[in-house]
Amino acid sequence: MRLLTHNLLSSHVRGVGPRGFPLRLQATEVRINPVEFNPDFIVRMIPKVEWAALLEAADTLHLIQVPKEPIQGYEHNEEFLRKMHHVLLEVEVLEGTLQCPESGRLFPISRGIPNMLLSDEETET
Amino acid sequence: MACSGRRPELRGPPELYYDKKEARKYVRNSRMIDVQTKMAGRAVELLCVPDDKPCYVLDIGCGTGLSGDYLTDEGHYWVGIDISPAMLDEALDREIEGDVILGDMGQGIPFKPGTFDACISISAVQWLCNANKKSDIPAKRLYRFFSSLYSVLVHGGRAVLQLYPENSEQLELITTQATRAGFTGGVVVDYPNSAKAKKFYLCLFSGPSSSIPEGLSEDTEEEKPAESTFTAERIPYRIARRGVVRKSREWVLEKKARRRRQGKEVRPDTQYTGRKRKPRF
Repeated sequence: MRLLTHNLLSSHVRGVGPRGFPLRLQATEVRINPVEFNPDFIVRMIPKVEWAALLEAADTLHLIQVPKEPIQGYEHNEEFLRKMHHVLLEVEVLEGTLQCPESGRLFPISRGIPNMLLSDEETET
Repeated sequence: MACSGRRPELRGPPELYYDKKEARKYVRNSRMIDVQTKMAGRAVELLCVPDDKPCYVLDIGCGTGLSGDYLTDEGHYWVGIDISPAMLDEALDREIEGDVILGDMGQGIPFKPGTFDACISISAVQWLCNANKKSDIPAKRLYRFFSSLYSVLVHGGRAVLQLYPENSEQLELITTQATRAGFTGGVVVDYPNSAKAKKFYLCLFSGPSSSIPEGLSEDTEEEKPAESTFTAERIPYRIARRGVVRKSREWVLEKKARRRRQGKEVRPDTQYTGRKRKPRF
């Protein structure tokens, strides 16, 4: 599971709503995977990124060189875009857990696949 | 029940049907791979995303990632959600580029609002129509799915869902719930006259869409259920064919026309079609 996906994942447990974001990440196994750089895509995804959550996740994974915030004119700053590309698309969490901040419910991550299956009581009516 | 062998949806829940054996079929069987890839191609075509614009796409019921690979080839980035661990394991072995999540679409899509530019689904949504647990109500699960899909798509985003509805009531149930969730759109039917090649694509738009889809110009396709009317009634074959004598010229011409509608190759009709032959022919 890449950090971009983690940044956009939200808990859908009943009654949680917008407070189910962001999911707190705990990782026991991480892998760096080279991915082809596509500046158009990074430029379009940067407005959607939740920076506080990204910084928290990067901190947990002990990543260096993470930009603290989008800089002015980032669309043309290749260095910034490459750093974002590395953080968002090249870092993969293979084993770990995601925790819903509101209900405390844990979603395990196994082989890079987060298990988001809910029980009957947790499904919103 | 008779005929439950025809539709896998009637055999049980998808997480049990798509076990390791079934998952391997999606990886090894070239015909299956071909059909799934073709449908993925058609779905992406119906999405009408502008060329050279990499999008973030949600793949519902991604399975072994066949449709996901097609998205990657088109230059898009995708996230898949599937309920079967066996299928997702095969997907990992195939080294897909997108991320996958183990989840139940009937419980909602666990993403922030406005995450995805588009959504596709190949042969998955009809599984929501069958209740596998006592607590399942298909209409509720469908509504939960469509309303959460509406929320995770950007405003003006599009979803193309290829599905196999059992009958017209099921298709109506699905479209009703989609409309309740706020979607507009329609059903595109490819090859409506062929039993085997017939495919349904539910095209949904959220909010005003920026590009209008081009009208389908081929003879065998149509937008919105205009020509292909559904009726539950079936006229018995004997009575429908009562007027036509078997082996007569009229019968031959009718059979050739039927095969042409099914998209098969048929010789042109000439003055010699169905003519009386000599007895020793």
